[in-house]
Amino acid sequence: MHLILFALFAALCLAGAVNLLFQTHPINSALSLIVVMTSLAVLYLLLGAEFLAAAQVIVYAGAIMVLFTFVVMLLNAGREERTLGSRAYWAVGFPAVAVLLAILATVVLHIQGLGSAAFGDSLSNQPGQTNLEQLSQVLFTNLLLPFEVTSVLILVAILGAVALARHTEPERTVGK
Amino acid sequence: MTILQFFLWSLLKIIVVVVVFLLGVAYTVLLERKLVGRIQNRWGPSRVGPFGLLQPLVDGAKSFLKEDIIPSAVNRPLYLFAPVIALGCALISIGVVPFGSTAVNGPGGFHFFEIADINIGLLVILGITSIGVYGIALAGWASNNKYSLLGSLRASAQLVSYELALGLSLVGVVLRAGSLNLREIVENQSKHGILSWNLFGGFQFVAFFIYLMAAYAETNRSPFDLPEAESELAAGYHTEYSSMKFAMFFMAEYGNMINVGCVATLLFLGGWTSPFGNLIPLPQSFILQALLPIFWFTLKVFSFLFLYVWVRGTLPRFRYDQLMNFGWCYLMPLAILNIVATSLWLAYK
Amino acid sequence: MTHILQQEVPLALYLLLSAVLFSLGIVGFLIKRNLITVFMSIELMLNAVNLSFVVFSHQWHAVKGQIFVFFVMMVAAAEAAVGLAIIIAVFRARATLAVDRIDLMKL
Repeated sequence: MHLILFALFAALCLAGAVNLLFQTHPINSALSLIVVMTSLAVLYLLLGAEFLAAAQVIVYAGAIMVLFTFVVMLLNAGREERTLGSRAYWAVGFPAVAVLLAILATVVLHIQGLGSAAFGDSLSNQPGQTNLEQLSQVLFTNLLLPFEVTSVLILVAILGAVALARHTEPERTVGK
Repeated sequence: MTILQFFLWSLLKIIVVVVVFLLGVAYTVLLERKLVGRIQNRWGPSRVGPFGLLQPLVDGAKSFLKEDIIPSAVNRPLYLFAPVIALGCALISIGVVPFGSTAVNGPGGFHFFEIADINIGLLVILGITSIGVYGIALAGWASNNKYSLLGSLRASAQLVSYELALGLSLVGVVLRAGSLNLREIVENQSKHGILSWNLFGGFQFVAFFIYLMAAYAETNRSPFDLPEAESELAAGYHTEYSSMKFAMFFMAEYGNMINVGCVATLLFLGGWTSPFGNLIPLPQSFILQALLPIFWFTLKVFSFLFLYVWVRGTLPRFRYDQLMNFGWCYLMPLAILNIVATSLWLAYK
Repeated sequence: MTHILQQEVPLALYLLLSAVLFSLGIVGFLIKRNLITVFMSIELMLNAVNLSFVVFSHQWHAVKGQIFVFFVMMVAAAEAAVGLAIIIAVFRARATLAVDRIDLMKL
């Protein structure tokens, strides 16, 4: 069961990621990224991270990507233009990426003692303790300060976004 | 229970639930037309069948047989895919809703009245709702029509902003139940009938009010139906859709209404439990024990839908800046205050 | 039939998937010429890293890996809000989204 689900959603994931590269219209790329994200949510479920799976769908697929599509629609972004920029990335970038992938793959395949995941796995050793309880116990005791600091980060981000995207009003001339 | 049996049982449950859900959608449309008719001092549909009861079937046949027009300048794949996303998301969320007593079980602890018992059920519903935005957003964009695009821009901005208020309004309930499992949330309010419902005994009426407002906005219903405001935008995001594809958007809208009603029932109105608590003893017969909870659940969902239609027949449409102002400046701070008050009260207890 | 249903998946496969997704993200970052799509490739890389965090959290039965993913998601949300606001501002000033045309700072 685990193998079938993994094969299905890993394939969807890869197909989405490759499609993101080949599509020329930003909205199609955005949709392929949504496919990648939702299939990743299923993989999280398989690995026993239920809360993250839900958060992945709600935050990434449901909020961040909606923002992306919203901006694509708002700016009416068309197909990619062919521009006369530098092509150095073809020469340098692709070999570098290939090397990186090769290194990562060799490292991953040579790790000793890496386990395997079965269907219905969960992190907890105690029966009856859900993933959510485990997460919140650590998050709200040991890691309370980082958690609270992120709220400040998000507040700053909101203020920054409002300040950046706001229309600067044309100066009013007195007497008109 | 073997895997094969499990699959067959689940398939059976899914088919039954989807058929009943679609029938519910069809008759919600009729209910709305009848009620709005009476509110506006007219009859509503009354010709087809007794009291117009066959009207939904005839309407379905009509939209199925109508000519399907696809404008030439649309982005074809997305134009065809958008209604599928909208309707699909409306149909999926019913899968985690427990609609009958979980005390009545089949062999091996198999739940008859719930397709899937998930420990993050509430989050699953929120997630599916947030995916449903794409149906509307893509429909407007792919139609290549300025009214549709305006409608879908309005819809996505509105849905993203009201999702915050919606999610925050549910936190109080989750805090009280200490679980995201919908079954446990219901069982938490089943002790003393109506007095232990979250709406009354749990003092979550502020949260219920916020949820109600946010739900109207999330389902694009009056008084927040700006994405399809017919006086400004022709028909909003589904201007270019006809025939069955239009009907799919229509069904998605009413399906979402039912979903929202189910969530309100489960979280605030005690789910399938009887409002009289233990005042009325449980019936002896097994069949009645199984059917009575379903009756209460349906009754509660329908009273929620009745409220929906009543509001539509009564209130005028908001302006867009009023809508955004209301969501961000009133509903969200109120929801946060409700969370703080609930958690303080729970800590004090 | 039952054999394939009970088959376990080695975690190395998950890690490989994560590595491939990450590389695809880099490739996208390099070859895409549209500001929004470039930004999407960054999100893809973040997602790939998240996957490996979850895998390692499963391997060591330690929940902190999942909490790291939680923080990455929050930072990604903040980043998306600010980044898209910047993109809108750039579009207002330059009326283009092509990364090669946004070159005022070049000598």
